[in-house]
Amino acid sequence: MAETQIPEELAYTAEDEWARREDGQVVVGITDYAQQQLGDVVHIVFPEVGAAVTKGEPFGEIESVKAVVDLYAPIGGNVCAVNDDLDGAFEKINEDPYGAGWIIAIEPDEPAELDSLMDATAYAKHVAERES
Amino acid sequence: MSSAPGSVESLGHATRGLAWEEPLLFERGRPGRKGVDLDPLDVPEVDPKQLLGEAAVREEIPELPELSEVDVIRHFTRLSTWNYAVDLGLYPLGSCTMKYNPRLNEKVARLPGFAEIHPLQPPEQSQGILELMVRLEEALAEISGLDRVSLQPAAGAQGELAGIMMIRAYHEQRGDPRKKVLIPDSAHGTNPASAALNDFECVPIPSGADGVLHPESVAEVMGPDVAGLMLTNPNTLGLFEEHIVRICEIVHEQGGLVYGDGANLNALMGRSRPGDMGIDVMHFNLHKTFSTPHGGGGPGAGPVGVKNILAPYLPIPVARRDGDRFALDYEFPHSIGRLHGSFGNVGMLVRAWAYVRSLGRDGLRQCSDMAVLNANYLLARLRERWHVPYDRPVMHECVLSDKLLEDCKVTTLDVAKRLIDYGYHPPTIYFPLVVHGALMIEPTESESLEGLDRFAEALLSIEREAREDPDVVRSAPHRTPRSRLDETRAARKPILRWQPS
Repeated sequence: MAETQIPEELAYTAEDEWARREDGQVVVGITDYAQQQLGDVVHIVFPEVGAAVTKGEPFGEIESVKAVVDLYAPIGGNVCAVNDDLDGAFEKINEDPYGAGWIIAIEPDEPAELDSLMDATAYAKHVAERES
Repeated sequence: MSSAPGSVESLGHATRGLAWEEPLLFERGRPGRKGVDLDPLDVPEVDPKQLLGEAAVREEIPELPELSEVDVIRHFTRLSTWNYAVDLGLYPLGSCTMKYNPRLNEKVARLPGFAEIHPLQPPEQSQGILELMVRLEEALAEISGLDRVSLQPAAGAQGELAGIMMIRAYHEQRGDPRKKVLIPDSAHGTNPASAALNDFECVPIPSGADGVLHPESVAEVMGPDVAGLMLTNPNTLGLFEEHIVRICEIVHEQGGLVYGDGANLNALMGRSRPGDMGIDVMHFNLHKTFSTPHGGGGPGAGPVGVKNILAPYLPIPVARRDGDRFALDYEFPHSIGRLHGSFGNVGMLVRAWAYVRSLGRDGLRQCSDMAVLNANYLLARLRERWHVPYDRPVMHECVLSDKLLEDCKVTTLDVAKRLIDYGYHPPTIYFPLVVHGALMIEPTESESLEGLDRFAEALLSIEREAREDPDVVRSAPHRTPRSRLDETRAARKPILRWQPS
């Protein structure tokens, strides 16, 4: 497997989403490992802005040349932004999963819910376990 | 042409042969060229705008190609030579059971009494086809260990939908509507789709490290709000779900039902019966297990079988014996309704019946035995050089992965493309999702020992190439009319319509 980037400052789900606090909102994307496993991303089914999401429940779908998989919310709340720039430029998810490839932002109901996610060390272990 | 044994030229018997380029129909033809000569109009001309309304009539005639009959015939015949078919060679798509379709089936389906009958003829004029349907239902019930069968669904996915609709109707009828359906992570994608279409919430269950489902994992999520469990046995890893009896008990103890996905029935015929394992409802893919044409070759047929508790909910009409005659029964007040016009894809039912009758009990058992033996033979020939994620005896298919080729930077997709150069249709790839880089191979019982050896040699040869000359694999295929297509660009920026240049 190629090297995968797992930034220290992010929180992670077991389903390979990352989450980052930003001005009271939580920005969500998929990890470098997830984009490597999926291969070239070709489509995303986004939620509506304003839609309610529940921690651990699907909020959308991501399709690559290999598979279609659900996207899981790392935290409960309401969707306050979706990354429209990805439309027609899904390669950003493969090229820059933690930056330009962000997918949605959530206005969290309980910001502290984020603390129950994995930190970088725990997520690195989670990835390694599946690779073994 | 002579070629070294074991080479890309010799193994799958693919050569360049006569291979044609073929433009789009839009790029062929000339203005004014015609395929038919019509007689002069001998009826009064009508204005279509008056007849149909302004909105229904185009201002401009679209730019359709103008062609002669021979242009059209050659176009499609040339394109057909780019196809691969089970009549050309091994078609090892895992989970698809691409077995040979015996010509005897075709002969029987063309008998005028079957081929020329009309579905609206009254039952007294259709006794032959009704008898065939009743006897096929009885045969499928016997093979599966279920009580009743409906032949109506047009394909496996519709049979599955019908099965889950019956499970839902059963719970609702008892005044106990339920919310959830349990589905293992190795399931076919149609399983959650069928459940979701019935407004069920899908709860995934992880399979164990040994690739099969464990009773504890089912017990953990089973509860009084669960309508049922859907599972495939053998599962999509080709492994027999050995805890199936206990798993069915756990679901039944809490009032749930078990749906068996019949996609992999080809491994079991004459050896074990899903009904005996505890399964309450399953579909049959006649176009897989029972050798009716598959893919582009013909419509599917996905009969659904049930235990007696679900019989009141079967789709109508139900064909049945009436003394020594045969009749159609519409008196099923709890029926989920009609799923298909007339009686389903009846031509496929005739072919499946021909298959069942020509092979008989012993023949069907031998098919499953050979399908299992063939898959295990391939696995045994390949396991030394290929990574086998769940390395244990399999049923009718086996799953390899590209893990050992990571160092050469050769992926499953590259291997699949290179197999085309060897003259084979690639196997199913990147499924099941629980295996990274999966290559899922189902040889079926149709292949001879020599045929299996050639295919194994091809995969072993590709593995050598990946180590010695990885570029030739990474850039495959080389022997096709087009080389590697840009699948990503095709998905991201598809061109769906021809435009005049």
